[in-house]
Amino acid sequence: MTRTANPARRTAGRTDAVWTVLAWLAGLLFFLPVAWMVLTGFKREVDAASNPPSWFFTPVLDGYRQVFDRDLTPYLLNSLMASLVSTLLVLVLATPAAYALSIRPVARWRDVLFFFISTKMLPVVAALLPVYLLVQNLGMLDNVWTLIVLYTAMNLPIAVWMMRSFLLEVPTALIEAAAMDGASLLVTIRRILLPIVAPGLAATALICFIFSWNEFFLAVNLTATRAGTSPIFLVGFITSEGLFLARLCAAATIVSLPVVLAGWIAQKQLVRGLSMGAVK
Amino acid sequence: MSTTITSGVDATAPPAVRPTRPDRRQRWSRRAPLLPALVFAIVVTQLPFLFTVYLSTQSWNALRPGSREFIGLANYATVLSDARLRAALVNTVVLTASSVLVSVLLGLGLAILLDRRFPGRGIVRTLLITPFLVMPMAAALLWKHAIYNPSYGLINGIFGGNTDWVSQYPMVSVVAALVWQWTPFMMLIILAGLQSQSLETLEAARVDGAGPWQTFTRITLPYLRPYLELGALLGSIYLVQTFDAVFTITQGGPGRATTNLPYEIYLTTFRKFEYGEAAAAGVVVVIGTILVATFALRVISSLFRMEDAR
Repeated sequence: MTRTANPARRTAGRTDAVWTVLAWLAGLLFFLPVAWMVLTGFKREVDAASNPPSWFFTPVLDGYRQVFDRDLTPYLLNSLMASLVSTLLVLVLATPAAYALSIRPVARWRDVLFFFISTKMLPVVAALLPVYLLVQNLGMLDNVWTLIVLYTAMNLPIAVWMMRSFLLEVPTALIEAAAMDGASLLVTIRRILLPIVAPGLAATALICFIFSWNEFFLAVNLTATRAGTSPIFLVGFITSEGLFLARLCAAATIVSLPVVLAGWIAQKQLVRGLSMGAVK
Repeated sequence: MSTTITSGVDATAPPAVRPTRPDRRQRWSRRAPLLPALVFAIVVTQLPFLFTVYLSTQSWNALRPGSREFIGLANYATVLSDARLRAALVNTVVLTASSVLVSVLLGLGLAILLDRRFPGRGIVRTLLITPFLVMPMAAALLWKHAIYNPSYGLINGIFGGNTDWVSQYPMVSVVAALVWQWTPFMMLIILAGLQSQSLETLEAARVDGAGPWQTFTRITLPYLRPYLELGALLGSIYLVQTFDAVFTITQGGPGRATTNLPYEIYLTTFRKFEYGEAAAAGVVVVIGTILVATFALRVISSLFRMEDAR
């Protein structure tokens, strides 16, 4: 840190500062709608619908109280159930499949891998009618288990790709050594594979949880009041009649909170998950 | 290697023997862990499509009980000559392409901003990824009411005026909300690419007298290409199925200005109850998707080879 009056360095310092300010402004701009949502949720309805917008106000919990008075809780519980159980099922199905596509690969592993990803490309809307009719015939409309099965299928390809990328990182020498020592498959899995891929399992679970928690299309068409998930609770806010903005923002904040927090905590794993393991 | 050697002695080679017992058992033991997932995926995602194909040959409106009969390909004639479906196709392409393109460009810009050390970088990164984590349904409602609303929305509140954004610029309104949610996704993937770039190459370019712009266009951008492709591809897979934003912000309107294929088929199924036509439209969309996806899979495949080569 010498105090040289090097003009080149001084301009470099100045451009550095400009870039830093620019980055901060971009971050704040992208965050502004979220901040506005959280702020509005703590307003009285009169303040929420004011023009020009009110930035300073006495925070109240009216919005939150009304949301829970209107029974948000069962919707949250349905979301939790659908997301957690489907995530668990996905891991149970995808991990062995990923093993058979990486460590001890089947003959045409590449075709299988691409089959999984191709199911992700097919439009859900084309399957809506047959799924709806089938579910209706089985008497499974408005049932959380219907969503669980469909969310499992929805996330399975992502999980297979992700878990495969994590399993590929296990050194083959380690597995061979275990086999040489006569370790059974279960022991190999428990002692060698699991400790190495545990972070991968967590990352995969996070991604599956996020996608199931936020899913709307299947939920809105296959559920109603009994098995409705949290986005279904929000459907009532689509029309803009009456004073409701504060209540809407309170509800939107609550239903988004679990995923926002999970995503913040697990930022590192997020990239790898979103790219299905392609980007490390 | 072995193939080049044996190719000349094919004639004298013994006839292929059937796999011996332990061999076959070994192959099944390899397949076993794969089977549950594979069977599940086939049953839940492929069988419905077969049923869709069957339904598409039926004249069936659920509002008229007993109206169901086999009519062959007549639904396809209706669907393919339907101006609404063509409009929906155009809207889908416009919506997907513009959201992907804008969010990739913005994501690239943000990734470059974040690819240097500065005070509070972690916080800025956290702020930037938040839009992607907000529930899409909540985000759509937030944009519709708290941001676009002509009388109390944030845009008119800050800049004045009483523009009704959603009815005057419906497509832009939907795309803007989607871009806001998807830019962080693109940024994360591109940033990972930037950070995997070797510093030595960049240093070598600097030593050779390349300016920052030259370094960026000649070295960084070509290096980032697979990451940009991956981001665009994954973004397209999700955005082509956009439903929440259209359903919430515009309901496909005004008129049919923002009706995309998922929303159009949803309307045919659950508002008009034209099951046969909806199924035919679904089949057409699937065929279109397969054509596009074949191309997309080739892109993934080439990314894949690159990974192998590394």
